[in-house]
Amino acid sequence: MIKNISNLGDAALYCDFGKEINKEINTHVIKYFKTIQKKNIPGINNLTPSYNKLIISFDLKKINFNKLKKIVDNIEIIKSDSIQNKKFEIPICCEKEFSLDIKRLEEKLKMREEKIYESFFEKEFFCYMTGFIAGMPFLGDLDENLRAKRLETPRVKVPKGSIGLTEQFANIYTFESPGGWNIIGNTPLNIFDSSKENKPNLINPGDLVIFKRITKENYQNYHE
Amino acid sequence: MNKNYFEIIRAGINSTFQDLGRNNLYHIGIPFSGAMDNRNYLLANKLTGNDHNHPVIEFAYQGPHLKYHGNKINIAITGDVSFKIKNGDNLIDGECYQSFILENDDELDIISTNKSVYGYLAISGTFDLKFQWSSCSTNTKAKIGSNNGEKLSDNQKIKIKEINNNFVSRKLNYVNTKIEHIRVIKGTNFNYFSEVGKKIFFKNEFKVSKLSDRMGMRLEGKKIENIVDTNIRSEGLIKGVIQVPTDGNPIIMLSDHGTIGGYPKIGVVVSADYDKLVQLTPGSRVKFQEVDLNSAETLFKLYELETQNLISQI
Repeated sequence: MIKNISNLGDAALYCDFGKEINKEINTHVIKYFKTIQKKNIPGINNLTPSYNKLIISFDLKKINFNKLKKIVDNIEIIKSDSIQNKKFEIPICCEKEFSLDIKRLEEKLKMREEKIYESFFEKEFFCYMTGFIAGMPFLGDLDENLRAKRLETPRVKVPKGSIGLTEQFANIYTFESPGGWNIIGNTPLNIFDSSKENKPNLINPGDLVIFKRITKENYQNYHE
Repeated sequence: MNKNYFEIIRAGINSTFQDLGRNNLYHIGIPFSGAMDNRNYLLANKLTGNDHNHPVIEFAYQGPHLKYHGNKINIAITGDVSFKIKNGDNLIDGECYQSFILENDDELDIISTNKSVYGYLAISGTFDLKFQWSSCSTNTKAKIGSNNGEKLSDNQKIKIKEINNNFVSRKLNYVNTKIEHIRVIKGTNFNYFSEVGKKIFFKNEFKVSKLSDRMGMRLEGKKIENIVDTNIRSEGLIKGVIQVPTDGNPIIMLSDHGTIGGYPKIGVVVSADYDKLVQLTPGSRVKFQEVDLNSAETLFKLYELETQNLISQI
């Protein structure tokens, strides 16, 4: 449930669902997001669900904060648990040329490379949100022993397809972009495709993801 | 038949197709994009007899040098821009906010923006463009929008699908004013900053860094000290949000911004000041001034009235 709604600037509602981050709270966020999306409320021009927040931005020419807050305060959330979880298996190659920060992680986590990968590949991840760059999924939760901070100085260019870790999350760089996550491998799979306007994102909030390690040969031949 | 086209002799620094941008895609990571300076974008279209959501060419600093091939066409440039038009053997100094007729083999050389960043070129016609999510707006970082998501490049052609045969001469008396005080509403993490930090934010000057583009504007100044946490749980961003990362220098989110961010939000620029904010050149000095939500809404109404008033004068 929304704990508090405040304004973010003059053209957005900042809906706070509480401090914690877990699937239950995130599922509430997603339910609100889907309900509001379906209602097509005039004036709303964007919705951004995240772990425990929902930002609703609107066109100030059409509506204002107080009017929209009243509507959102009184919204009835779709009760059904109709959020469909899709499951994906994402192939990744962890050869040296792709695992840019594995040595850093060995040092920071005080774990051997094999142990890091073992723990990572055992996990089934939940997609909390997508964004930052188009289609990037934020996946959780990593085991406690795999949680590391971002790089002190972010990379100017992280290669497309890179899998990064930070704190309790893993993500996939859908195209080359600046970024500060610890890179442990690369997927040949296309996670975002702008030519598919109705479904550009492979992975969406609520979906489940497991990673599967592939060899360099498989990686290179993936698209053949 | 695409017999009308511009040949690009020089593309300029960052020339892209833009319209009003695309809505309702934040949740998959796609920002609004669209023309940075909305008012100048609208005026350019009105000066060439177009409707309000018609693709134009946006340029930054140095604009394109174009050679026109085809039937006569009206063009207009808005912003604070120096440009020349070569009509046959005549070389004319162009004026902003005024329509000009181009004939076959004429040239348009958009030399530079003056003490501002963005300018707009509209034509009395329709560029032949592919749209993505009902917008031409080019986001070069995500490679989305017309021209395969890329900025214009030298020697390419810009095809024109249709000319609206509207050759009425139009003119507007308008001068862009500069902004020194950017008005902001306190952000959702305002209390993450020390008392001294908050004072610095509202009292000190900041310099616009050269690391600014359509995604964001970086500012340099006295470090704003964070006393709670230099990271927050990643959450949505909107245009105008001012984040303060670990180094204490503010970054303002602009039209092509990342949709999610994990740095504390100290403030949000009011909608009324956005057009003028984006025109600040690197090296400019600015101050932030606090306003409340009610005042911000009133300021926006005034901004909107002024824009509509200008449009109706054309």
